[in-house]
Amino acid sequence: MKTYLPPKFIAERDDSRCIRCEVCVNQCTFDVHSYDTEDDEIRSREENCVGCHRCVVFCPTQALTVRRSPLDYRENYNWRPEIIEDIIKQSETGGMLLTGMGTDKCYPIYWDHLVLNASQVTNPSIDPLREPMELTTYLGRKLDRVELGSAGLKTELAPQVKLELPVMFSALSYGAVSLNVQESLARAATEMGTLWNTGEGGLHPKLYRYGDNTTVQVASGRFGVHAQYLDIARVVEIKIGQGAKPGIGGHLPGEKVSVEVARIRMIPRGTDALSPAPQHDIYSIEDLAQLVYALKEATDYAKPVGVKIAAVHNSAAIASGMVRAGADIIVLDGLRGATGATPKIIRDNVGIPIELALASVDDRLRQEGIRNQASIVIAGGIRNSGDVAKAIALGADAVYIGTAALVALGCTICQQCHTGKCAWGICTSDLRLTKRVNPDIGARRLSNLLRGWSLELKDILGGMGINALESLRGNRLHLRGVGLTDTELEILGVRMAGR
Amino acid sequence: MKELGRINNFYQDDKVMDACSIFGMMDTAGRRFSGKKVVEAIANMHARGNGLGGGFAVYGLYPKYANCYAFHLMYLSRAGQARVEDFLRQKFHMIYAEEVPTRPIPAIVNPPLVWRYFLEVKSEGTCGQREDDYIVDRVMEINTKIEGAFVFSSGKNMGVFKGVGYPEEIAEYFCLEQYEGYLWTAHGRFPTNTPGWWGGAHPFNVLDWTVVHNGEISSYGINRRHLEQFGYNCTMQTDTEVIAYAVDLLIRRHGLPVEMAARILAPPFWSQIERCSPEKQKIPRTLRQVYGNLLLNGPFTVIIAHQGEMIGLTDRVRLRPLTVGVEGSVLYLSSEESAIRLVCPDLDRTWIPIGGEPIIGSLERPFEPAVTARGTSDMAISNRGYAKISK
Repeated sequence: MKTYLPPKFIAERDDSRCIRCEVCVNQCTFDVHSYDTEDDEIRSREENCVGCHRCVVFCPTQALTVRRSPLDYRENYNWRPEIIEDIIKQSETGGMLLTGMGTDKCYPIYWDHLVLNASQVTNPSIDPLREPMELTTYLGRKLDRVELGSAGLKTELAPQVKLELPVMFSALSYGAVSLNVQESLARAATEMGTLWNTGEGGLHPKLYRYGDNTTVQVASGRFGVHAQYLDIARVVEIKIGQGAKPGIGGHLPGEKVSVEVARIRMIPRGTDALSPAPQHDIYSIEDLAQLVYALKEATDYAKPVGVKIAAVHNSAAIASGMVRAGADIIVLDGLRGATGATPKIIRDNVGIPIELALASVDDRLRQEGIRNQASIVIAGGIRNSGDVAKAIALGADAVYIGTAALVALGCTICQQCHTGKCAWGICTSDLRLTKRVNPDIGARRLSNLLRGWSLELKDILGGMGINALESLRGNRLHLRGVGLTDTELEILGVRMAGR
Repeated sequence: MKELGRINNFYQDDKVMDACSIFGMMDTAGRRFSGKKVVEAIANMHARGNGLGGGFAVYGLYPKYANCYAFHLMYLSRAGQARVEDFLRQKFHMIYAEEVPTRPIPAIVNPPLVWRYFLEVKSEGTCGQREDDYIVDRVMEINTKIEGAFVFSSGKNMGVFKGVGYPEEIAEYFCLEQYEGYLWTAHGRFPTNTPGWWGGAHPFNVLDWTVVHNGEISSYGINRRHLEQFGYNCTMQTDTEVIAYAVDLLIRRHGLPVEMAARILAPPFWSQIERCSPEKQKIPRTLRQVYGNLLLNGPFTVIIAHQGEMIGLTDRVRLRPLTVGVEGSVLYLSSEESAIRLVCPDLDRTWIPIGGEPIIGSLERPFEPAVTARGTSDMAISNRGYAKISK
């Protein structure tokens, strides 16, 4: 069938600069560039270009420019090019449209409508270059009070996990991403004193040594879950849902299930790895409690057990139930959360913005008097340390970053994760591509990112006259809203700027 | 229901913002003395206030009625007084009542009517509630429900005197030279706005706890949200109120010793905790993990007092001043050393405590001459590593 899809990008080559080195030919995984030996010319099939910029970055003579192809449909606000092209794609394939990463739709980004406070005159700001500034965070179930006995403290706290900064790496499963990516994450997390997350893909033995900085996931497919997997971990996380695909299971296509991936996931090679939409032993809140306690039993009550859900309409009530079901950490993944593969229609239409979910869950747990009993971690669209500070002020104990971490490794958010052809070697199991991520360099890039953010967070705190993160946590007086409605302000629990 | 927050925080700022001078003087041997020196000392720090608030707390004030709750009330109307007195007669045995003697002076304009009542809880009256909780609830009831009336002192054998004016003017107005106590604290206020409301002056009081405070708590938002989970209504919208409630929660309701409470409000840094031996890390780490929301962050110096005890504390990087003086059995705490020197030129010793180090004067452990004020050397952690001060 002749496709009616027009090319999305134009790849321009400055012939006076091109030295016919064929780097672009070799780097492109979408078969855009090819070398014609007879004419000694590099040609481009622009209809294949996804705009990932791999060729542009690696062209040694800067001969390449990739830019958007001007799509001069007749202007129509309702029938935008993307909508037209989605219909074209479906009429040619008859399937669901799959995509990768988080939604690119223009839902309000509340971080951009929240501003932070600083000290002036009546109290001094604190200079982090001269004074101690603390970002240390302990995740885990706390108590309302301590009790004293004759021999000092009678109180024993449930297991706590220390983070040097309130930023962790989000779940990225082996299979979805390569081992090199996971190794980069694990090493950076270890160096920076935070956690990375296995996702639902098991844990490669090569990474066991980073166990103290590893959160292992137990999800609906139970892939790669065994006694040693739980023993090695610092935190066990039950995954119920994900912001990029609330209510939807996972599907790792058989082509990505290589020998190694099959071994780690404990499934036959080349078979599709299907994670069911629900966990089939959790059809209700009391079932969740059973799994939480089964995992606690299996780990001798020595590790916090977290539960991750997608942020949806009734998150507050659901989260409250999760705490009562024994979850030590509540993870909320918002509308903008990313993934390796998801139905586009789900990604772009299901779930709620994380800022609103966070504010309402933190409020509800406080109203119920159970906020101390669980830490709140949020994920889905954290882009910089400003977002982190705002999330902490709204009430989060820590945040997850996924997309931001991948960008640090080279990702340009071209949304082709589901194709397995990632030209940056991140979201693929093709061994020819995975070696494009060098764990030595990857770990360095990720550590640098966290180091930069932690310096910025210290500056933000110091400016507010605060020298410990716990004094910002849930302290919404340090936030003001700009350009928000009364209802939005009420849900976020912040006042309008100027008030 | 009247909105105390509207009255106290007229512009509805995040919280009331002010700064000030504070002074405390306690004879740990329990000897009572007049307020003359205290007034002199706080007047010496005149420039730290702006005439928009001054006040005093006196302990050992009413030995004749030592077992009664002494309620000090300010009235904006006679009708308010009638309603309160009806209420008090319903809820308590009223042992004695009188108008607090005052002396008109030009500096004090438009003062409220101030009365005091000595009350006993009716034996059948508390419906199984603890007596102190019962008192707190009744005080909240008057302050939030009865128009034109405000309880600003409600402890036993102690009392608060406060109002709009410089502290020395408030002292003159309330004839404080006539009273004696073994522990006095004083406050001269510099609010940024001009609330002109007598209830907003310090000391802040609940039961026999009083707080005088110089500072601005940047963690106010979360401190307040945390306390609200435990049923505290932060109606006054001041950080001083938050400090008082935090102390009440930690010491009265959770039964923690005062040193530990101080270690929660101004905890050691994680790095200091981690330098200790593993067994010594447990208490401070657990306290921070459990009570992180009560860490008072931002600049403050506070003098907290209750029956028999006076505690001076600064934030952990000491962004507001506090000087300690000891002479015989008397402990002085002051924003400025000059104020102590003025009333007691021959101190045994004087020093500036380390940030976050509580200075405690207690009737149970009176100072003997040449014995030092009790710091926190017995605590697992001290902030010593951070700013060393030779004593």
